Amino acid sequence: MAEDVKAHITGVVFQITSKVGDSVAEGDPVIVLESMKMEIPVEAPRAGKVKEIKVAEGQTVQEGDTVAVLD
Amino acid sequence: MLESVLVANRGEIARRIFRACRALGVRTIAVYSEADADWPHAREADEAVLIGPAPARESYLNVDRVLDAARRTGARAIHPGYGFLSENWRFAKACEETGLVFVGPSWRIIQEMGDKVAARRQMLGAGVPIVPGSEGPVASLDEARRVAGEIGYPVMLKAAAGGGGIGMVKVADDGALPQAYAAAERRAQAAFGAAALFVERYLTEPRHVEVQVFGDAQGQVVHLHERECSIQRRHQKLVEESPAPRLSPGLKERLTAAAVTGARSVGYLNAGTMEFIVQGEEFYFLEMNTRLQVEHPVTEEVTGLDVVQAQLKVASGERLPWRQEEIVQRGAAMECRIYAEDPAKNFMPSPGTITRLSTPQGPGIRIESGVAEGCQVSVHYDPLLAKLVATGWTREEAIARMDAVLRAFVVEGPKTTIPFHLRVMASSAFREGRTHTQMVEQGAFNG
Repeated sequence: MAEDVKAHITGVVFQITSKVGDSVAEGDPVIVLESMKMEIPVEAPRAGKVKEIKVAEGQTVQEGDTVAVLD
Repeated sequence: MLESVLVANRGEIARRIFRACRALGVRTIAVYSEADADWPHAREADEAVLIGPAPARESYLNVDRVLDAARRTGARAIHPGYGFLSENWRFAKACEETGLVFVGPSWRIIQEMGDKVAARRQMLGAGVPIVPGSEGPVASLDEARRVAGEIGYPVMLKAAAGGGGIGMVKVADDGALPQAYAAAERRAQAAFGAAALFVERYLTEPRHVEVQVFGDAQGQVVHLHERECSIQRRHQKLVEESPAPRLSPGLKERLTAAAVTGARSVGYLNAGTMEFIVQGEEFYFLEMNTRLQVEHPVTEEVTGLDVVQAQLKVASGERLPWRQEEIVQRGAAMECRIYAEDPAKNFMPSPGTITRLSTPQGPGIRIESGVAEGCQVSVHYDPLLAKLVATGWTREEAIARMDAVLRAFVVEGPKTTIPFHLRVMASSAFREGRTHTQMVEQGAFNG
């Protein structure tokens, strides 16, 4: 079942550290946000395969926004 | 005196510099990004220039846009504040080349002190103690073992190309070295693309003590005593104070003398800070900050001197207004940095709109705030909202005043570090002056 990966804080997408098709473990960074001069990874809530990346580098995301989807 | 000053910064420090300018009759020029149009610093200067969109690299970090704003407004000088372009030697050089006065040291000093290896070598040559360790990267495990044997365990293996604590490995004894060395090389290669390692003595629970120095164009270099800044998270300071508690007179004497010697050895000009780590009665040079520091108010409060006004005077070619023997500490002062961060969530950023702000007043209280009600605290900049500074005849009085102002200062909207600071003020470790740089990470002030 697909599961959304949600941003836990508001920030700007600094780096996309995974790509569609990658297998990730629980806790692996899927993307990295930059907020107030800090780089903050958004981690996979569980193991799975990256089905979709919904953001682009430089984009602003709000807390709770879906940044990626795991299969 | 300089006719006009453009402040290439934002928030509380821009306002602080404008205040010094006004006191000296200097015309003030602000720059601001689209995100900051309603912020106080953009509204309080004699002139304000929009320099670009919210992301810092397109506005406050953009050398061409800042210089263009200076040209258009006929600015005579640029004060960089802290952060942003303040330690960018190319920016200081560009100011000099366009005939602008850069309020700070020459670009050559910024360049030299910005190169950590060159700065370490310079201070070693001047007789300032540095952390015992290898002079450069070690070539092999055998060399690492030889150096570690000389300086004594525990040691720290550090990526030569690194920074920010990434890739550091602590080694307890000789038996653990081979495995640790291989791991550190792997991490350094992965993080920085270069496996080269330094070996340094590992310091357990050290203190961070720094010395404010000041030089003028006539060659005078003085110190304005020390500040203790051991309460940090992620190598960023949260609480600073002067004098440093429990600093023996002998150690204080050696620290301030080394700071002046080090600054003099590079021909230092304007305000700067020599940072040291202290363990027991030993101290080691950490780095030199070639700019005004966030925590300069605690030094101003205990010395009664205005560091920013002196920066402007020295930048205009005047002599330093004070002689060393006139600079004395009276009482005690401390600063708490109010960040838009959630201390309950490991100091995660907490952006948002300031819905309510109430700044108390009282004896011994000074508040340096960059915000007003309605300000949108954005993700693009440092989360510092305000600095609370409390001064007392004794350290106990300063703590009591800080505790009171932390309770009376109201900022609603983002989460802030206020609850953390209240726990620091209440803790026996802080009250006894027994703090070190690893305390916050160890959870010493958790609720």
